[in-house]
Amino acid sequence: MSELEVVVTGGQEIWRGGESPYAIPSKKLGMWLFIVSDSITFGAVLFCYAYLRLASPDWPTPFRLASIENATIMTFVLLSSSVTMVAAVEAAKAGRIASSVRWLGATMLGGVIFDVLHIREWLGLIHEGLRLYHNDWGSSLFGAAFFTLTGLHMTHVTIGVIYLFIVATGFRRGKFTSDDVEISGLYWHFVDLVWMFIFPLVYLLSARIR
Amino acid sequence: MHDSSKPTTEHHHSPPQGFLWTHVFSLDHKVIGKQYYFLSLAAVLIGMVLSWLVRFHLAWASAAIPGLQYLSKVGAPGGIITPEYYLSLLTLHGTLMVFFVLTTAPQAGFGNYFLPIQIGAEDMAFPRLNMLSFWVTFVGFVVLISTLFVSDGPPISGWTAYAPLSAIGTDAGPGLGTGQVLWVISIGFFCIGSLLGALNFIATTLDLRAKGMTLARMPYTTWAWFITAVLALLAFAVLLPACVLLALDHLGGTSFFIPGGLVVSDKLQPHSGGSTLLWQHMFWFFGHPEVYIAIIPGLGITSHILTATARKDILGGTRVLVGCMVSIAFLSFMVWGHHMFISGMNPFSSLVFSVPTLIITIPASIVTLNWIGTVFGARLRLHTPGLFAIGFISVFVTGGLSGFFLAQPSLDIYLHATYFVVGHFHMVMGVAAIFGMFAGTYFWFPKMFGRMMSETLGKIHFWVTFIGVYCIFMPMHYLGLAGNVRRYSAFVDDYLAPLIPVHKFITIAAFVTGAAQLLFLFNLFWSMYRGKKAEENPWQATTLEWTVPSPPPFDNFGGRHPVVYRGPYEFAVEETKDDFVMQDSPQQPARS
Amino acid sequence: MGRFFAVVLTVITLVSASFFVLHTWWMPVDISVHGPALDKQFGETLFGTGIGFIVAQLSLAFFVWQSSGRNQSRKTRQFPGGARIMVTTAVILVGFEILALSFVGQKAWAAVNLDPAPPNAMRVDVQAEQFAFYFRYPGPDGQFGGVHPDKISEADGNYFGLDPASDVAARDDIVVGSLTIPVNQPVLLTMHSKDVGHSFYVRELRIQQDFVPGLMIPVHFTATQTGKFEIVCTQLCGLGHYNMKAYLNVVTQEEYDQWLKSQIGQ
Repeated sequence: MSELEVVVTGGQEIWRGGESPYAIPSKKLGMWLFIVSDSITFGAVLFCYAYLRLASPDWPTPFRLASIENATIMTFVLLSSSVTMVAAVEAAKAGRIASSVRWLGATMLGGVIFDVLHIREWLGLIHEGLRLYHNDWGSSLFGAAFFTLTGLHMTHVTIGVIYLFIVATGFRRGKFTSDDVEISGLYWHFVDLVWMFIFPLVYLLSARIR
Repeated sequence: MHDSSKPTTEHHHSPPQGFLWTHVFSLDHKVIGKQYYFLSLAAVLIGMVLSWLVRFHLAWASAAIPGLQYLSKVGAPGGIITPEYYLSLLTLHGTLMVFFVLTTAPQAGFGNYFLPIQIGAEDMAFPRLNMLSFWVTFVGFVVLISTLFVSDGPPISGWTAYAPLSAIGTDAGPGLGTGQVLWVISIGFFCIGSLLGALNFIATTLDLRAKGMTLARMPYTTWAWFITAVLALLAFAVLLPACVLLALDHLGGTSFFIPGGLVVSDKLQPHSGGSTLLWQHMFWFFGHPEVYIAIIPGLGITSHILTATARKDILGGTRVLVGCMVSIAFLSFMVWGHHMFISGMNPFSSLVFSVPTLIITIPASIVTLNWIGTVFGARLRLHTPGLFAIGFISVFVTGGLSGFFLAQPSLDIYLHATYFVVGHFHMVMGVAAIFGMFAGTYFWFPKMFGRMMSETLGKIHFWVTFIGVYCIFMPMHYLGLAGNVRRYSAFVDDYLAPLIPVHKFITIAAFVTGAAQLLFLFNLFWSMYRGKKAEENPWQATTLEWTVPSPPPFDNFGGRHPVVYRGPYEFAVEETKDDFVMQDSPQQPARS
Repeated sequence: MGRFFAVVLTVITLVSASFFVLHTWWMPVDISVHGPALDKQFGETLFGTGIGFIVAQLSLAFFVWQSSGRNQSRKTRQFPGGARIMVTTAVILVGFEILALSFVGQKAWAAVNLDPAPPNAMRVDVQAEQFAFYFRYPGPDGQFGGVHPDKISEADGNYFGLDPASDVAARDDIVVGSLTIPVNQPVLLTMHSKDVGHSFYVRELRIQQDFVPGLMIPVHFTATQTGKFEIVCTQLCGLGHYNMKAYLNVVTQEEYDQWLKSQIGQ
């Protein structure tokens, strides 16, 4: 009687050990778990933003059309970078390493452009007097919440760019597999998804409509 | 694609080389587990000494503690603790105990050591991440202790760090500047360490189980560590940003938790717009699951040890016990407002929060009744781990029942912030969870160190502790009924004077009980070197950790891949000559 | 060892329970209108949990006695009914307690925290600060003056930051360090904090409410007995937390009128 038969009872398959359930290997599961946790963290900060906004009678709406346009371009850039990321993963799975690395490069470029546009926007707002602790338009908490939320997101984007760089170079040299590219893709899509919450909640809801 | 006879996650385990990689930055989950355990031990010793200082001061407020002035000239001039230093010591006591003891030893300590072995794995899913988690936690510990040595000491805002006291800075009191910021940084590090650890536990439990180890066949401890890891993954993810925001209030001039118009120490504060209740919501959304993170491993450890003690499985088996643990974990996210009944939040929400708070009583009662029912008709082996497991049942009943009062908002009006609360949470966390740790220590020491702890010393430790904790914490309930307020450094109110003799009794009981812990400490270290050599399965238990040598080799199973044929607690099986069967024993056809 | 455990646990259980039953240390006599309902609920909870405590601990003790040492049988036995009876008992007993207490409790809670103050309630403004309580009466004009944080001065005794120079309503406000109220008169306190979080606790009134910086919180009650009672702070507010208290003086209507007249005179 082989070992395998012994562990099967009543026709039911019993856990064969070592295989990941739902064919999800550990590293990918690990990234998913990280994403769950990070979602809760962003959720908490978004909750703070909403709570403070609802509790303040003088929440500013400082985003003029130019700001909204800028934010829209940033959204488009990030969404496009998710598309290039999908292409990178597909190429990696198909074994087209050079192509995948190029698509990863395009994704990184998207992230960098996003960061640059974001910093430019920050500098503009700072120039208009927005600080962590003060602004001329209303509740001082706007600056605090805005910079914290978008700063946290921008940090994630920047770390993502570095992460993709490491994966791209490692994949090209054969140190990483297509699985690693896919896992980095999960992270990138997550960062993009968070922005999809920040954009309407922060920018669109604080658009200056005259 | 997947060869089912080989694990897909290959761990090419070669033994570590060099002192640093073997003993300091080890990737071996067993070494990391021990590192966490000893970190907790250091934390609990410091925390216990702090509790002695606090209790001494409450009983004899004007007496000097010789030598304390060398720790803090300002905090204890002439050895007499000032009101602010009292609060500093109390804050440090709570923070150390809740984070570095209760959240560390039962989960990261024992869990790291035994989870992989219990599921038949060679190590955790991410050994390097595991090593990092420990060192991040260690840094957090060092930063926290450093508050004792900075300008005006540790913060005085309690382990709960309510805003705006914790957010305004030194205008509101000593220790609230540098001390509070260091506290926030320490907890921030702790959050990261916990999150990484939780991730590791979940991935390991799902992915690295040996052949035949279905989820239903996992030991109760593995289930408890798994469920606790899920809680930790979600709960610490909220504390981390809360700490960041509090840090920003200190360092960035923000006012997340500080409303406008506050005049503190005659100075109008330059803050406005924030909400003090926001801190409470964020803190307790973490804080309530946190206390279940502290107790669920204890539920698992007690159940696990009780089976070997009683020589039978827990009544109801895996389905009922795990079902209850999962219900408790799920409900724990819905009750945070019960810490805020009179906080000034909408009073209607208080009623809403009290409902799931009361409902948690049901799975907790089921678990407790099942334990008591397991002791019925058992064949008890009352060795030290067994005594602590059964003692756990008693103290868990006591602690749980006092919660029943506090869960009702109308009763909480009177009991909130009194010693009734202090008695309640110490009974469940400071006693029950600690009993779980003691039970685990005595039970698993032979496996970890290859030697037995002294049974005589162990039993003395148990009896003094069991009677001692009731003498310390039961009177606190009476004090609470009399309305004795908590976090007071002295009892100067008219109605408190007649209660001071009760405090003296508690303090003396605390010292006696504390002395027994020193006995435990001696037993622990002495037995590591001089204890009787342990066999592979000294308790005649059934789970996989008892199928490997004591202590296990670096890859746990010596290169073999264990196969599991039966459930985790098969005692009193008909055909065997002993009253138990190991999980990996194929001698009879497997039952489900 | 099992028998010793059973004896020790029995002693612990009976001794602990006796102090609850004997009311050795207990709540002071209640002096508020809403108090009896709370005390009744407390008594019911104590009864239920007390029975649960004694039954659970003594059962554990008894089973340990029966299952250890020479008493133990050669084979283990299952509890009759198994887990099912435990689950059923827990769900029914505990569930019933929960329902009963929730229904009773929400009425008691609502009376304190959700029902509005009676229209004839006497208003007193309360400010908590590190480390004292101050009470403000509106004076003969029945109006409270505005508070201005920037005008607060401890040295001048202007705790509330009143501006009598430009604010007519503030001129006759009476600010004192203890709360004097007439018996059987509904009182509405409006609570705010000058600096950090504090709390207002009067055991005899069965009242406890946090002061929340940034919020103005109403609390109402009616005292049913005269006497002098302590108001203590229960929310950790800094180094003087242990020493932060005031007195509540519940007096007859005549005594109150006299006291008020003497305050107006000042």
